[in-house]
Amino acid sequence: MVLLEISVNGKGCRVLVDATTSLLTVLREQLHITGPKIGCETGDCGACSVLIDGKLRRACLTNAMSVNGSEITTVEGIGGSGGLHALQKSFYEHHASQCGYCTPGMIVASKALLDNNPTPTELEIKEALSGNLCRCASYVNIIKAVKSAALKTSNGGGEP
Amino acid sequence: MTFKSIGKSKPRYNGLDHVTGQAQYVDDIFIPGTLAVKALRSPVHKGIIRKLDTSRAEKFPGVKGVITAADVPCNTYGYLTLDQAVLADKAVRYMGEPIAAVAADNLEAANEALDLITLEIEQETPVFDPLEAMKPDAPKVRPEGNVLMVGNRPYRLVFNGDIEKGFAQADEIIENTFFFPSQEHAPIETQVSLAVPEKDSRLTIYTVTQGMYFLLRQLQRILGQGDDLTNRWSERMQYASRGHLGFCDIKYVGGNVGGAFGGKTELHADAIAALMALKTGRPCKWRWTREEEMLYSARHSPWRMTFKDGVTKDGRIVARKVFSIHDAGAYTGLSSYVVDKHAFYVAGPYYLPNVEVKCAVVYTNKVPTGAIRGFGVTPGTYACEIQMNMIAEKLRIDPWEIRFINAIRNGDQLATRTKLESVYLIETMQKLAEALNHPIDKKYASLTSAPREA
Amino acid sequence: MKKRGKGLAVAFYPTGMGGGGDFTNAIVKIKPDGTADLIIGTVELGQGACTVLPQMAAEILGIEYEQVKFINDNTDSCPICFGSFASRVTYFAGNAVIKAATNARQKLFEIAAPDLGAAPEDLEAVDGTIRVKNSPEKALPIGQVATKGLYEKHEFVVGTGSFGRPRSFPDPETGACDPLATLAWASVQIEVEVDTETGVVTVIDSRSVYDVGKAINPEMAKLQVEGGAIMGMSWATLENLYPFYPSPKFQPRSLGQYMIATTMDIPHIETTMVECPSPVGPWGAKGIGEMTANPPSPAVVNAVHDAIGVWITDIPITPEKVLRALEEKEKAGN
Ligand code: FES
Ligand code: FES
Repeated sequence: MVLLEISVNGKGCRVLVDATTSLLTVLREQLHITGPKIGCETGDCGACSVLIDGKLRRACLTNAMSVNGSEITTVEGIGGSGGLHALQKSFYEHHASQCGYCTPGMIVASKALLDNNPTPTELEIKEALSGNLCRCASYVNIIKAVKSAALKTSNGGGEP
Repeated sequence: MTFKSIGKSKPRYNGLDHVTGQAQYVDDIFIPGTLAVKALRSPVHKGIIRKLDTSRAEKFPGVKGVITAADVPCNTYGYLTLDQAVLADKAVRYMGEPIAAVAADNLEAANEALDLITLEIEQETPVFDPLEAMKPDAPKVRPEGNVLMVGNRPYRLVFNGDIEKGFAQADEIIENTFFFPSQEHAPIETQVSLAVPEKDSRLTIYTVTQGMYFLLRQLQRILGQGDDLTNRWSERMQYASRGHLGFCDIKYVGGNVGGAFGGKTELHADAIAALMALKTGRPCKWRWTREEEMLYSARHSPWRMTFKDGVTKDGRIVARKVFSIHDAGAYTGLSSYVVDKHAFYVAGPYYLPNVEVKCAVVYTNKVPTGAIRGFGVTPGTYACEIQMNMIAEKLRIDPWEIRFINAIRNGDQLATRTKLESVYLIETMQKLAEALNHPIDKKYASLTSAPREA
Repeated sequence: MKKRGKGLAVAFYPTGMGGGGDFTNAIVKIKPDGTADLIIGTVELGQGACTVLPQMAAEILGIEYEQVKFINDNTDSCPICFGSFASRVTYFAGNAVIKAATNARQKLFEIAAPDLGAAPEDLEAVDGTIRVKNSPEKALPIGQVATKGLYEKHEFVVGTGSFGRPRSFPDPETGACDPLATLAWASVQIEVEVDTETGVVTVIDSRSVYDVGKAINPEMAKLQVEGGAIMGMSWATLENLYPFYPSPKFQPRSLGQYMIATTMDIPHIETTMVECPSPVGPWGAKGIGEMTANPPSPAVVNAVHDAIGVWITDIPITPEKVLRALEEKEKAGN
């Protein structure tokens, strides 16, 4: 067991972890932060997407100790203290989920996109989310939601 | 009539939970002391278990319980035919069939313990191709034979009219065979079950099922809660020191599922998690890995369908004969029900004065198939709609036109002789043509689903 | 060379279990604050039962959708629902909810009648009040009525409802039976582009018209239609659990090996909803959850034929199959 110190959604966490444990397991099983979902644990579905120091990563493929000292953001931390993030609001308003299992990952991946590219084209949105599987195939509305959130945030609609 | 709620695109009830990560699915529930469950599955497609020794696994550090067929009070289940074992004790009929299960403090220990189970299986020759399996000398998937008997026939028969008379009226006979493959439902949430023995001697099962009550009865039976088995079960309960488990002492907790598409209508993880919880007296969670889900969960059955149609030069289908083969996999599951639904609708939404459908369930040594979005109708629609275009091609009629000519209307009958109402096929086609700016002939533009004149 | 083609497919789909025999029960409970609990054993798996069923209860009770709680999480307290399958929930659970809510509303009418000086049958539930038909000024807030019932009359303001269909077994000789509650209808056209050099089939356009009887929640119904369409296209072009069928060898083991449609695979999609009401469905609604995945796969096959003149009747239409079919066509032509 080794000591892992990370900040998750702005909160410092110290946990003893197995050196081989994935970040996803630490978040879910040890910290009980369950926004990131387990869909495959092989990096194929994107349900476990988180931001590590602002970069989009698969928590299931990330060794927890390898991100010692990092800032982790999950869907729970996207909105910050100011309530819902524009993306969350937009997903909600656009009926952009069915079962909702992919939604946390979708929102985190969309956030990573808008952070780098506040006014993405439809193709850029599709490309950015192509690693996030949605079997309910809510894609049409997800893309609409991201577009509309991008418009709002880039028009100074305020973030979060 | 004005409505306040009906017809309004209200926001999804749990939409805010979805977008904030607060929606709770089974795997998001953590109960201290929960054991991790793993199953030992058959490494062969077909065989007889000759030796199963779990003693070394039981002694492995961290292991809290191992179960085999001997721990299952009632080891036969199935929706329609009780032909499946929760844990196989003799015959295994598909690769991946569960044989034993381990519960341990953590997944690593459970996985390692699996390797310590001694399993010897005498391999037998499997059969994978339903066409092979239908031959009389084929290896038997099950002792009862490889084709499900429906009454005294090896297929479901549904007919209406007089098929031979129909063919006699035909100018052309058009026959084609179609194949619809197997798919995985692939919901992003895999099978998960968390079974928790409660203080009041009850068992709570957090489940991903699509129909809690649908499975409740099956699980009750497996746990020996039905009728004569109650006593046998309470004897076993002493090992778990959980006291008596009376009728209906199972509580399913669920209702929020991460996608299903038909793939969560089976017991899958529930029965073994429940048995494990009762054996160990501890909460037990079995979450299938994606690989288990891909390889061993119930899947869409492969279908082979042959359409033989008698058509007139002007495009009317005067006879339609369909023969379908449903590759069920190793056990019945919902197959006998699926073929019925298939047989009722495979001939398609057309006016068919003479129609005959035969549909066979064939067992093979593959993973059992199950419900999926479209339940037997999907392959039917697939075959029928390609066949319609093939007829159109052969008769040099436009694909739209061939459908307008034959479209079913109010008062027409299905193959099941059901008289239809609220039919709206012609109208949806007209609306589609309109949306596409696709020109359609005046005589079809003015057609309606009104009953045809006698 | 890239060639385009269009394919048509139509579909019908029954609402409810194939042989009938299924039912759903519901409980609607009115609370002293005028809100309601809808208690029902129906599983929410993304189809939207958690939304459309409260919408129905709200409509009957004359309250806001937001004032209905959806309680569906266990088999101890939630009454029996057969399950969320067979495109049955909106129709079966919906009808059960209508009955339960109507039943609860009737109790409100009976409690309010003396105070409003009218007979229960002359009352209606509108805008959060129980009021006299045609004299909207004579009205009492539902919360007040429920409170009076609970605290003064000791009347538990709860309604129950059950809806189902009888079992119908096919005749063993003819197969005759009554297998359906109602049918929903659809017409779909799909346009594809086939690259004759690589064999890749790209779905570029999907237009659908669905008869849903009545869209209780149009945006969610549309999302379900479009989700189903994408699943159907995914079946048509990507998915196969037995790539060497009937051999079980080389089955895909991961979502990397078994491809399902991603954002990059979706075409331009347009959906039109039409409403041919079912006489028994809630406000005419029919079930469409499953059928939306059905017409796309034959439509893709037909579109590929339109584009390159070959029939590929075993989906998924992989590049390999396309190239092989084109080769054969060429050989046959020579
Ligand atoms: S769980 Fe990490 S990508 Fe699927
Ligand atoms: S909404 Fe179900 S997986 Fe995306």
